[in-house]
Amino acid sequence: MADIVVKTEDVVKEYQMGDNVLRALDGISIEIERGEYISLMGPSGSGKSTLFNMIGALDRPTGGHVFIDGQDMSQLSQSQIAWFRCHRVGYIFQSYNLLHVMTALENVTLPMIFAGLSASQRNDKGAELLELVGLGDRIDHRPDELSGGQRQRVAIARALANDPSIILADEPTANLDTITGREIIDLIKQLNTEEKVTVISATHDLKMLDVSDRIVDIRDGLVERIRNRDEIEIEIGEVGGH
Amino acid sequence: MEQQHGQIGQQIELPFMESLRISFQSLKIRFGRSIITTAGITLGIAFMVSVLTNSDFSNAMKETGKEQGITTFEEDDEEGRVSTKEIWLIIMSLIVCVVGIANAMLMAVTERFREIGTMKCLGALDRFIVRLFLLESGFQGLAGALIGALIGTLGSILLNLKNYGLDLFFYFPLFPKKLQAGPGNEIVIYGVIVIILFGAVLGMLLAVIGAAFPAWRAAKLPPAEAMRTEV
Repeated sequence: MADIVVKTEDVVKEYQMGDNVLRALDGISIEIERGEYISLMGPSGSGKSTLFNMIGALDRPTGGHVFIDGQDMSQLSQSQIAWFRCHRVGYIFQSYNLLHVMTALENVTLPMIFAGLSASQRNDKGAELLELVGLGDRIDHRPDELSGGQRQRVAIARALANDPSIILADEPTANLDTITGREIIDLIKQLNTEEKVTVISATHDLKMLDVSDRIVDIRDGLVERIRNRDEIEIEIGEVGGH
Repeated sequence: MEQQHGQIGQQIELPFMESLRISFQSLKIRFGRSIITTAGITLGIAFMVSVLTNSDFSNAMKETGKEQGITTFEEDDEEGRVSTKEIWLIIMSLIVCVVGIANAMLMAVTERFREIGTMKCLGALDRFIVRLFLLESGFQGLAGALIGALIGTLGSILLNLKNYGLDLFFYFPLFPKKLQAGPGNEIVIYGVIVIILFGAVLGMLLAVIGAAFPAWRAAKLPPAEAMRTEV
């Protein structure tokens, strides 16, 4: 039996826009296996970022259920949700979302403070993680002293702070040039294969296709189709990408 | 960390010293921005305190002035009461102070909604965030209000020295007291110390309330919504 880490059941999300109700998700049911690299694809406005927020417990669905490790997220208390965000998930965002008043090391160690690690544990582990993402020599730099690619690397190191089982990446390469974007994708893929982290990425970057195990195409708040790796490789040949 | 799948823990408390450290650091790094916010508090309190001390000075000199036959307070009515103009000025200064500080804190917190959302993503509980903002605004409020109270007092002293000369120090209304200005007519002196303390406490309270309200509102939002908020 496959080990399902994330399962959504008929998830609906509506936004109130003045007098109109915008239905961003119209009943999404997907299952994601442990250790998978999965990409949520779709044009902007398709609902992929909304789905991303639902899976990461960053927003509440209007209807339906999200299960992580078999646990219904809607049943959790505030404190449990905070714990879940802190320990289970690492978030990577398009605009990095680093705290600009903190150095790279402080950004990476902040989730560890929330997890209750001591200062020496934090600093050791933070330095180790920054080393892992290739920023060992820039741990005392603040985000505004780093390039976009370097900032995203800090964000990746921060996402790994409390050894999450899932990494959620929302358009991680959208603000980066092609080469830097490729490096970031390779780094995330490397974590996926080496650390066995489940990676769920919302993207419309075609470069992300060939590292994905599966691609979920989202359109108008619905799952349009789910493609497997072998189907993807053929299409990439046609597109003439990597 | 090998946890049993499906077992979700309770988020632990953030140690107070960590909160203190984070909020101090935030003030330090954002020094320029912190100064502007603090200056808003300083100005509001300075204005209010100068109006109050000014009123105290003229009341304190009223009695002595009569004794010495100096008539420097032509604005006041003949009974020596606090004039309506002065009450109006005090009310105005209070309003300016409240609105100014609330506005400064509201702006300072609103521009950090994204940061609040990010901290929640990393596992911060709502009350961690509120506490950080309470501490930050408390420091800012106390520092800004104390400085403002001293500036206001100093300004008021300088202004009144021109009118009363060194007599001002001789009859300096440092502590609260009641003066008998005539039959059945008491003049209340608030006392400069009381005014300064009042200004400092009021400034700090206003700053804390002004920051806590938007911070609490932002902390309660789901992180996705807090991060979406554009200012």
